[in-house]
Amino acid sequence: MSQTTPPAAAHPVPPPIASTAVRATRRAWRRSAREALGAYAFVAPFMILFVALLVIPLGYAGYLSLFREQLVGGSVFAGLDNYRQALDDPLFRDGVLRMARFLLLQVPVMLGAALFFALALDSGRLRFARLIRLGIFIPYAIPSVIAALMWGYLYGPDFGPFAQLARGVGLDAPGFLTPHWILASLGNIVTWEFIGYNMIILFAALQSVPPALYEAAAVDGAGALRVAWHIKIPAIRQALMLCVIFSVIGTFQLFNEPQLLSTIAPQAISTSYTPNMYAYTLVFTNQEVNYSSAVSFLLGAVIVVVSYSVQLASHRRIRRS
Amino acid sequence: MTSHTASVRRPSNLLTLLMLACLVYFLLPLLWLVVSATKNNGSLFSTFGLWFGGGFDLFGNLHDVFTYNDGIYGRWLLNTALYAGVSAVGSAFLAALGGYAFAKFRFPGRNLLFGLVLGSIMVPSTVLTIPTYLLFSKIGLVNTPLAVIVPMLISPFGLYLMRVYADSAVPDSLIDAARVDGAGPFRTFWQVGFRLLLPGFVTVLLFQLVASWNNYFLPLIMLNNPKLYPVTIGLAQWQAQAGGLGGAHALFSIVITGSLVSILPLVAAFLLLQRYWQGGLATGSVKD
Repeated sequence: MSQTTPPAAAHPVPPPIASTAVRATRRAWRRSAREALGAYAFVAPFMILFVALLVIPLGYAGYLSLFREQLVGGSVFAGLDNYRQALDDPLFRDGVLRMARFLLLQVPVMLGAALFFALALDSGRLRFARLIRLGIFIPYAIPSVIAALMWGYLYGPDFGPFAQLARGVGLDAPGFLTPHWILASLGNIVTWEFIGYNMIILFAALQSVPPALYEAAAVDGAGALRVAWHIKIPAIRQALMLCVIFSVIGTFQLFNEPQLLSTIAPQAISTSYTPNMYAYTLVFTNQEVNYSSAVSFLLGAVIVVVSYSVQLASHRRIRRS
Repeated sequence: MTSHTASVRRPSNLLTLLMLACLVYFLLPLLWLVVSATKNNGSLFSTFGLWFGGGFDLFGNLHDVFTYNDGIYGRWLLNTALYAGVSAVGSAFLAALGGYAFAKFRFPGRNLLFGLVLGSIMVPSTVLTIPTYLLFSKIGLVNTPLAVIVPMLISPFGLYLMRVYADSAVPDSLIDAARVDGAGPFRTFWQVGFRLLLPGFVTVLLFQLVASWNNYFLPLIMLNNPKLYPVTIGLAQWQAQAGGLGGAHALFSIVITGSLVSILPLVAAFLLLQRYWQGGLATGSVKD
């Protein structure tokens, strides 16, 4: 963009006469070559590390996933055998399905609440708005390790306050860490951690919606809820989409929270509870590096496919309406 | 009507009460953490978790945290500060340089490279971390500070944010003016561009700081020398010891107090730098 805008835009000078036009284009060409060189120098540090830390490891993982370690003969080419095995592997499939269930249950709750809070903040009808915004956001600054630790203690049957309260009124301690409830308990931790982050993104988007868009509606007598539903939410669709995509990526990669809770709830959380935990176990417990690479790649494929489907579905709905 | 109509509307008590009730949910675990850090192991079990009781042992607990295992906790905190500090500054700087170039220069391959970087946001960290570990172990980087710093120097989302930010914050006319004055691209960046990019830079810095301060998966894989652990790994290990053995209960109060200490720096950073992260996020989410 910059070399198409002549410097004259900034420094008004008399228009150039025709005879200097040729020299000017040559100078412009030389300048754009120099500019390209400068640009490469700017992006080179990032791109070199990008290749070293993203492209090469990814290629290496892809390469590894095509081989198989054998007792006799070492590493042999196996084609897509590892992928075939992973697709048939109940441990991997169960992990992916568990995360899909988590996605369907937790993400709507988290994003729904984040959207509600953002709309409430944006409505300008809150007292203590700054305090509330900060308080909801603060969990984002807490490491997921600490969050899982805290909630683990809170859920716990020993000195968790919920268990204490239940015992106080003569009930059994609630089974937050039992196989039946563990997915919901994990969902609560993740929701607690990330509502604030999503709320801030949505709130920032709402703040940049031009007020003219909804003031007319308000004058016409539309209530706050109708303004929110028909004007504000459609106006921040892109920010919502960003939140959805990030949630999809985060959910399928779930690792820290279940891994930490598994030390206090080993019956409820197996070493293959999430696909990411499974890939980790495969490498560091089973020493199956090749198979683990295939599992990770398939997980990546699931994430890409789900993210694109979500985007596609939302585009289609926009076009229809 | 002015654009500030929304902010002068009459406050709603009902909505305020509802939001304050929700706030309890977000602050409850933190209240529990603060309360529990004042208790010794006996009181943790014998008093109600959400209120003080059984004596005030915060200072005793702090002393225990910083002396247990020959005072390794202090070392963990320093490790975390080092890893997070270096990778946050480094990645924010690389993102600023790259984002500025993508926003302000035309060059062959620009869209292709940027598309590549954007697409990589979707690559799951496991797919990368495990092969990176295998490659690092071949060149002897595993179990060194670099093993957890270098992979965090690249932030594709940071680059994206900086590009969007540079698009709106650095006017082309200023760059052109600097060029007419004879400044090369680097001098222009330092004297004009970077100053205007500063709020975006601080945002990316802060978020990368959180990402590496809170990182668990990467150091878990890369490090097995307890002296090199960041505080997240160290606490997780203490917690595993506390929960695993019936006789190791003395560790609970140490883990809890250690957790409280470890979250204070980031909470403070977010409170002090509010202006930056709130403004910076706005740019990233609004313009696509």
